[in-house]
Amino acid sequence: MHSEVASGEFFFLTPWVVFFPLIGLLINLIFGGWLLRRPWGEALVGWVASLASGAAFVVSVLLAYSLWLNHGQTVIVPLARWIQIGDLQIDWAFRVDTLSVTMMLVVAGVGTLIHIYAIGYMHEDVRYKGDPLRYRRFFVFFNLFIVAMMILVSGDSYLMLFVGWEGVGLCSFLLIGFWYEMDTLARPSWANSDAAKKAFVANRIGDLGFLLAGFLMFWYFRSFQFDQVFEAARQAPPELIIAITLFLLVGVTGKSAQIPLYVWLPDAMAGPTPVSALIHAATMVTAGVYLIARSAELYTLVPEAQYVVAMIGAVTALFAATIAVGQYDIKKVLAYSTISQLGFMVAAVGMGAFVAGMFHLVTHAFFKALLFLSAGSVILGLERGHHHLAHHSHGHDEHHEDVFDPGDMRNMGGLRKRMPITFWLYVIGALALAGIFPFAGFWSKDEILLDARLHSPTVYVLLSLAAFFTAFYMGRQIWMVFFGEPRHAAAAHAEESKPIITIPLMVLAALSIVGGALNLPFKGFHHLGHWLEYTVGEVKALPLDLGVAGLSTALALVTIAVSWWVYGRRPSGAGQPDPLRRLGWIYTGMAYKWFVDEGYWTVFVRPYVRLAHFLRSVIEDRFWHDWFHDTVLVGTYNWLAHVGMNRYADQRGIDGFANWLGEFTKRVSATTRRVQNGFVRAYALSILLGVVAILGYLILR
Amino acid sequence: MIPLNYYVLLSGILFTIGALGVLLRRNPLVMFMSIELMLNSANLAMVAFSSALQQLNGQIFVFFVIAVAAAEVAVGLALIVQIFKTKHTINVDEMSNLRG
Amino acid sequence: MTLDLILFLVLAVIAVASALGMLLSRNAVYSALFLVLNFVTVAAFYLLLGAPLIAMTQVTVYAGAIMVLFLFVIMLLGAEQLGPTGVLPWQRPLAIVLALMLIIEIGYLLIARSPAVSLLSPPPSAVNTTDFLRQMGEMLFNEYLLPFEVTSILLLVAMVGAIVLTKPEKGGR
Repeated sequence: MHSEVASGEFFFLTPWVVFFPLIGLLINLIFGGWLLRRPWGEALVGWVASLASGAAFVVSVLLAYSLWLNHGQTVIVPLARWIQIGDLQIDWAFRVDTLSVTMMLVVAGVGTLIHIYAIGYMHEDVRYKGDPLRYRRFFVFFNLFIVAMMILVSGDSYLMLFVGWEGVGLCSFLLIGFWYEMDTLARPSWANSDAAKKAFVANRIGDLGFLLAGFLMFWYFRSFQFDQVFEAARQAPPELIIAITLFLLVGVTGKSAQIPLYVWLPDAMAGPTPVSALIHAATMVTAGVYLIARSAELYTLVPEAQYVVAMIGAVTALFAATIAVGQYDIKKVLAYSTISQLGFMVAAVGMGAFVAGMFHLVTHAFFKALLFLSAGSVILGLERGHHHLAHHSHGHDEHHEDVFDPGDMRNMGGLRKRMPITFWLYVIGALALAGIFPFAGFWSKDEILLDARLHSPTVYVLLSLAAFFTAFYMGRQIWMVFFGEPRHAAAAHAEESKPIITIPLMVLAALSIVGGALNLPFKGFHHLGHWLEYTVGEVKALPLDLGVAGLSTALALVTIAVSWWVYGRRPSGAGQPDPLRRLGWIYTGMAYKWFVDEGYWTVFVRPYVRLAHFLRSVIEDRFWHDWFHDTVLVGTYNWLAHVGMNRYADQRGIDGFANWLGEFTKRVSATTRRVQNGFVRAYALSILLGVVAILGYLILR
Repeated sequence: MIPLNYYVLLSGILFTIGALGVLLRRNPLVMFMSIELMLNSANLAMVAFSSALQQLNGQIFVFFVIAVAAAEVAVGLALIVQIFKTKHTINVDEMSNLRG
Repeated sequence: MTLDLILFLVLAVIAVASALGMLLSRNAVYSALFLVLNFVTVAAFYLLLGAPLIAMTQVTVYAGAIMVLFLFVIMLLGAEQLGPTGVLPWQRPLAIVLALMLIIEIGYLLIARSPAVSLLSPPPSAVNTTDFLRQMGEMLFNEYLLPFEVTSILLLVAMVGAIVLTKPEKGGR
């Protein structure tokens, strides 16, 4: 199955997908601070990071080419021995197969575009937030993320995958809390760091599942290496495989933000927008999908686990889509949309449609990154407008409120005219997400729906409903943000972004339009399917089903029309309630995220806090500290020290001996000091005495 | 022919007389002279051995002893003068500052 | 009894007598003069033993320079005689007993322990004094050069020390 590295191929470059970003990271870490104090240094910091990511992309392309030359045969590139305990041996080896290279291309490709975008975005962001020297830190973390993500996708064992898995989790934490000392509106607060902690804790719960799966693998298979695990799994009892796959699923729900652990992702929008785009939309959150696709051989062994995965994905897709409808923050809408789309992917890979899931992963990376970055452009545009206003109405600025939220859609409106480029880019992204022919999202979503219809009617219905909501909230967003009249003075003065921001968006937009060509449902066009076949096994290429495709497209178009009827026909003015409020409790539920956070708070967090408080005040303070430590330990020790050691051992034993010695010396010296009478003749006499005595001794000897 | 022992015995007698001078006399100058006498007796023995062994090294030693004695006398007498200046006496039996 | 032995015995009696004279004189000036006599006698022994250079040094340095210095200081301090003090009553008998014991020990050692009594030949009259002095000088300036130079430093130090000790203190009385 594995072929040796042949000459003329580029597999020897594999470690550089990790080391190029690492070099960029180190350059910025060491020289970044110095560079930032130079007039041209800021751009250089950004470009070093972008080039490091770009170099990783070039290596990924070369690897894809080599793999194509190699007819898709998996190549394992060992780098170093990591752990050797007994017969357990774990190498740091890179697994180059079609699946990992696909992920590498997405991570490095989209990552590079977002790096370039971030050069422009962070330039403005650090200035609005008032700490330009934090520019370097952003790119160091960003490159670190690429490093960790590359380790994740290129590892040849579950343990290496876990290293990357934790690494991206760390970067996610660091970047969500990038502006740790303020909230999203730059007011002093710990809101952003609370969001980071929430993400971290939610991910740890998922990681526990991953770890338990790893322990089971180690216990029963004695290996973490993919091929060995898959080989051993074929002979293993199905209960064991179910346990492993479901524990892995817990990890997936944490990392890929599925029910029940999705709650961290909306809060993760506290990070800067490029972070939301790269980590919390395009790459890191898809790691769970990658994990299931990577473990395809395990999941195909146990249909029960597959069913659970598919149901969780489908329910998440619908659930998150409904919440997205009720949100006002432009990024929160996209965050719930991401959860929903991840639900699509998880449902797909859960049904065994690994190609469809990976296909949607790739196209989603394109259009969701596009949407997030465009949203970032919109936010920056409003910031510029607000800045412009504050600058011009300096003396009489009491007429607009102190706190201005540039991400609140209720402050927007009519941006179509102020920011035309961003508008068109956003529309492309929205159409791709809504699944309108011929954008990329249409093809990938359609393939998932097709698989769902064949495998499970329940999933199909859930996903179709989710698609309906998807189109609705995207339409709502477009109408609210870009059409109608500005609801805030800042929106009226918004300015278009610079080319450094819009050019990467155009590339992403182009990919969102043509990305579907990767895997067209026509004979001979299943490129991605054939490409991934080498890794995930034989894939049944489904032909285009006009019924499914037509239904979903029609549904999307109708939904967009409905959203126009609600939001576009009579644009609500500033301060007016949302038109959907007429739906009553349904709208309340959607707007308040179905009270899941509050539920978690009541069910888990508050009892946990109470338990912790009880443990601290009663068990720790009163029992262990006051009673056990103060009374038992310290009391016994004091008594022993006072009575046993002080009175007997010290005063009578040690002091007694020392005092006796001193007294003895004093008495002896009092007697012998009389010898020293101070007369020189007496001393001379004693010398003579000595001479006579020595001679006498010599004679008598 | 004079036996070597005669010289050594004479040297011993002179040495003992010198030692008695140091022990019995209370005048530091006389004590000092007695010390010179003891040195001299040692010199005599040394020259006698040198002559008996037909080697010149003993005489060289004596030469150095005389030089050192000269230096010693210079410093010693200066000390006695200084003691007299401070104590207005040189009687060693009136000096016992080092008594323990 | 050869002439040598007679000469030796006469000189020995003079030496011991002058030493005892130094020991017993009440007056420090007499002691000094007895010591000069003793030194001259010892110089004569040196000549008998064939050491003319040492004999000359003895007379000039010891009997001449050093003893003149002694006399000078005795008279400068007016320390010819000292009054009696009551301290150390046991010193005198103890010292005499010890000195007798020392003499007895030395005599016993000489009689009992010394092997064949070597006889000293009289100084060969044929010895060329100039050759002897050259031999002595070569030894001093070759084999014993370092001690010789160190001795010169010692003398310098003694000189400086003597000057410093007797110099009146700064702002003294």
